Amino acid sequence: MSNLRLVWANLHRHPVRTYLTLLSVLVAFLLFGLLRTLAIWFTAGPAEGASADRLVVTGKYAIIDLLPISQMNAILTVDGVEAVTHQTWFGGNYQDRSNFFPKFPVEPRAYFGMYPELVIDPVELDAFQRTRTGAVVPVELMQRFGWQIGDKIPIEADIWPMKDGNRNWVFDLVGSYTTEVEGIGGIFLFHYDFFDEARDYGPGTVGWWTVRIADADRAPEVGKAIDALFENSQNPTKTGTEDEFGRAFAAQIGDIGLMATGILSAVFFTVLLLTGNTMAQALRERIPELAVLKTLGFGNNRVAWYVLGESVLICTLGGILGVGMAALVGPVANSFAQQFAPGAFGMSWSVAAAGVGVAVLLGVVVGAVPAWSARRLSIADALRRG
Amino acid sequence: MAIIELTDVHKTFMKAREAVEVLMGIDLGVEAGDFVALMGPSGSGKTTLLNIIGGLDGATAGEVVVADANLDALSSRELARWRARTIGFVFQFYNLLPVLNAQRNVELPLLLTKLSGKQRRRNAQTALSIVGLDDRAGHKPGELSGGQQQRVAIARAIVADPPILVCDEPTGDLDRENAEEILDLLRILNRDHGKTVIMVTHDPKAADHAKRILHLDKGKLVQEVAA
Repeated sequence: MSNLRLVWANLHRHPVRTYLTLLSVLVAFLLFGLLRTLAIWFTAGPAEGASADRLVVTGKYAIIDLLPISQMNAILTVDGVEAVTHQTWFGGNYQDRSNFFPKFPVEPRAYFGMYPELVIDPVELDAFQRTRTGAVVPVELMQRFGWQIGDKIPIEADIWPMKDGNRNWVFDLVGSYTTEVEGIGGIFLFHYDFFDEARDYGPGTVGWWTVRIADADRAPEVGKAIDALFENSQNPTKTGTEDEFGRAFAAQIGDIGLMATGILSAVFFTVLLLTGNTMAQALRERIPELAVLKTLGFGNNRVAWYVLGESVLICTLGGILGVGMAALVGPVANSFAQQFAPGAFGMSWSVAAAGVGVAVLLGVVVGAVPAWSARRLSIADALRRG
Repeated sequence: MAIIELTDVHKTFMKAREAVEVLMGIDLGVEAGDFVALMGPSGSGKTTLLNIIGGLDGATAGEVVVADANLDALSSRELARWRARTIGFVFQFYNLLPVLNAQRNVELPLLLTKLSGKQRRRNAQTALSIVGLDDRAGHKPGELSGGQQQRVAIARAIVADPPILVCDEPTGDLDRENAEEILDLLRILNRDHGKTVIMVTHDPKAADHAKRILHLDKGKLVQEVAA
């Protein structure tokens, strides 16, 4: 038997209580891992996949405001602009709401021209261009749902019903694409012309513009020039980098950093009280046993370390499991996050290390008072009470 | 040669701001290899005296020398180390750790030594076989009878081979048959293994197993009987 075995055995005195405590710590650190990752993702610098020579033009007051397609020709006249294409948020569900993936109507050739990082077979791109109901998808999406080229893919619209009121859009899968770059791709692309003709409202509008510029260093200047074009129109714009766009899209939810801090503070305060109470109760129950250890020759400090070790062990274990689970959730969250902004949404080592560090600290804070009490325990008094 | 030497030992407790003198000038010498029974009515100070001899509590005044160590001069850390080397404790209610099996309970004192894990396990097995419980090594205290638990406690007390066994009512929670077994075991440890045994008991039949019987009353040694 080792010292660790002794600490571990003591934790199994009341297995249900121990596992419930462990579960509460685990959940707290699962939240910690997810919320810290989310907060960092929101405040991070330019993400992988965001290109410095691409700008995004959205409505000035809200990025959900639609923009007239007539703006494209005006944007092309701005000095430094090389190409323009557009995208629109379609929403919609495939079979079930849980099967989420972003869906954009696009101009096929212009879109793939704008994103050379996306690799598509030229034959399939031709087919996409020719087929008005055509759609291309990332290879991963085909594998995920077992789709084959030639399949008809039904998407139930939530934002965009068709003119006849039907919400069931059906697309012909004509190709797939791949990319080596994290943070872009993952999108179900279909033909804008079909979308524009069939939709019930908003013809001739797009969600936002993507603009490629000749010189990335001139991005602020070009952006101002684009916005100046539409400043006095019915559809004023706001131009920024791809990265800013993505984060602005996501930030519609609110100040995530502040929310994360608030939630975590409440959670950890609760866990601190809960675990602290559990450890104090465990100590009270074991006073005679601790006295016996001291009787056998275990020193005051050693007994205190055992008590502290229990709380550190349970908090660290809960922390590692919670942070580990948050890391496992990362890839799932990543596919969701990329619809808002490029950049991998995954837990960094620094968040994981901080999580484990906070868990150890929590264990020390929770165990400090019981350990101190155990250290001060008088053998004769404790044996008399026992 | 006296292994336990107490000179004019006093012990006072504060109870509701009032000093209560529990031991009043105890003088006691116990030779190595002796088996002493300490008897007396409740509240006479038996357990307090035992705690002082075992280094669990300090005397208010007087000198306590046990196994060549002046206990008053030792720090709490030194006292803990001294207890681990010198004293084996046996309690009325066994005081085994319920989460550990018999083998691990016996192994506990050896965590304070530099023995390897394998050697610790082997020594614990040996101690359990001395008390006749090597076949119950994997059982937790809750799965053992009172007599068996006390034998495990005795194995724990002797596993580090201390020269002195301090026993506080070791048969107080046992029926006559089990009590006899425990007392026989203590006698064997005293006779064959040379352990000095100090035993507090209320039971005259238990005291009969000792070589000397001391009577304590109102904090004073009042009578000594050679058994």
